[in-house]
Amino acid sequence: MDLKDLYRDIIVDHNRHPRNFREMPDADRRADGFNPLCGDKLTVFVKLDGDRIADVSFHGSGCAISVASASLLTESVRGKTIAEAEGLFSQMHQLLTRDDVGIDVTSLGKLGALSGVREFPARVKCASLCWHTLDAALHQQDQVSTE
Amino acid sequence: MSAVQAAAGDAGALDVVAIRRDFPVLARTVRGVPLAYLDNAASSQRPRAVIDAMSHYYETSHANVHRGVHTLSQEATDLFEGAREKVRHFINARSTKEVIFVRGTTEAINLVAQSYGRPAFSPGDEILISWLEHHANIVPWQMLCQQTGATLRVAPITRSGEVDFDAFAALLSPRTKLVALAHVSNALGTVIPVHRFITAAKARGVPVLLDGAQAVPHMKVDVQALDCDFYAFSGHKMCGPTGIGVLYGRESLLNAMPPWQGGGDMILAVSFDKTVYNGLPYKFEAGTPDIAGAIGLGAAIDYLEALGMERIAAAEHALLEYANEKLANVPGLRFVGTAPEKAAVVSFTIDKVHPHDLGTILDHEGVAIRTGHHCAMPVMEFYGLPATARASFAFYNTRAEIDRLVEALHTAREMLG
Repeated sequence: MDLKDLYRDIIVDHNRHPRNFREMPDADRRADGFNPLCGDKLTVFVKLDGDRIADVSFHGSGCAISVASASLLTESVRGKTIAEAEGLFSQMHQLLTRDDVGIDVTSLGKLGALSGVREFPARVKCASLCWHTLDAALHQQDQVSTE
Repeated sequence: MSAVQAAAGDAGALDVVAIRRDFPVLARTVRGVPLAYLDNAASSQRPRAVIDAMSHYYETSHANVHRGVHTLSQEATDLFEGAREKVRHFINARSTKEVIFVRGTTEAINLVAQSYGRPAFSPGDEILISWLEHHANIVPWQMLCQQTGATLRVAPITRSGEVDFDAFAALLSPRTKLVALAHVSNALGTVIPVHRFITAAKARGVPVLLDGAQAVPHMKVDVQALDCDFYAFSGHKMCGPTGIGVLYGRESLLNAMPPWQGGGDMILAVSFDKTVYNGLPYKFEAGTPDIAGAIGLGAAIDYLEALGMERIAAAEHALLEYANEKLANVPGLRFVGTAPEKAAVVSFTIDKVHPHDLGTILDHEGVAIRTGHHCAMPVMEFYGLPATARASFAFYNTRAEIDRLVEALHTAREMLG
């Protein structure tokens, strides 16, 4: 297993220049994600238009894998419905933890760049942290009422 | 010929080539390259002598201790108690009654918290620790505070990673019932000048516990010279097995403390009306102990003493100085913890490369270091860091391994910086 399978160019690029890396004061949903093992801390912000994700951003600090994964997430789920985003979460979960037999990696677009993480079990949580955080944000119905 | 045999009669430096032959794991490769094991503060490796002592015990003499009249039980007891005497001599305790076998440093500290602190402390009492403690010297006291209403006080540290003595002294008061300090910081490597702290505590009649997990493997520890009341350490950080450690306690204090756990071996007589507890040290050793672990620890002590703790300390200090010099030339590298007195531990960060990525990239080069918060989250918070990378050296490490560490850091910077 080559290190370049983990730190692919697209991962390195998204770590150096994370997209949608900003706080969103008027977010409809937000959630904090924390990986105590390595100290990664992310906040994911979501602005909804009905059941569609109109805008999404993240903020915080973490390793290259967690930052790049969060950056790629924001690009992938913007404009998607909540159900579509959850479908992507499920596919990503499979991509990161199981053989990708049965998953069309090309359909995942840039997210497919994270497939190398599977070979580094200690790093799977880094890549999945942002997805769990998005999932928590989308399901925190309580926060909707505080808008 | 093992390194120990080679060392006998040689007053000079250690023969690292011979020493490395004593440690089977050092010959292995990781991802196709030779292992450079620089994570000794987390756990050290074992020499063949330790592995053999444990195997030999299981192959020839295992039975339960302190119980049977048969030959094997007697042999096991002799080996187990022989290991206790080796520990006593190693730390210069007055008596084997003061040497309690536990699972490790963490259990030793919990034992003191629950047996010494819990029956005696009450609201208004204070326990004084420092900001650079390992979680194992924080959490047991927090639990004790919840149980008794006592208060945990924390002496601050300086930017260089030293415990601020004046602030510590100012926190000592008639309310202070116990001082619990690291002897050597696991996260930063700082050697705390504990004599000064102990003297200040003793002047107020406050007992002192030292967390010696990082000190015992790297320097000569003499509990009588230190004049501490409790001293806790682990076997696995000093070339011994996991699952075995030691609590040294001053006999008068241990005598006054109630047992912590109840069960076999810690009793003299049991009836449903009344149980008579065993004497020291068995009062604190309920259940069948880690016999093989204690024997392995005894073998580790034999190994370290044959090399000589002074020579081990000198070899590790030379590695530390070499690493400091080489690492200082890595662009973007910042040392975390720069106390003048340090064990062979270097904590650092590299600009634009997260420690977690460093750990993965270095592993790819066969270089094993620790990355993360090092079970000392308050220290990380003090420096405003989520994590650091930490290289920690043992006497079996080489300058060539440090060169490989430095080379791998350059690779990481090129890749991600």
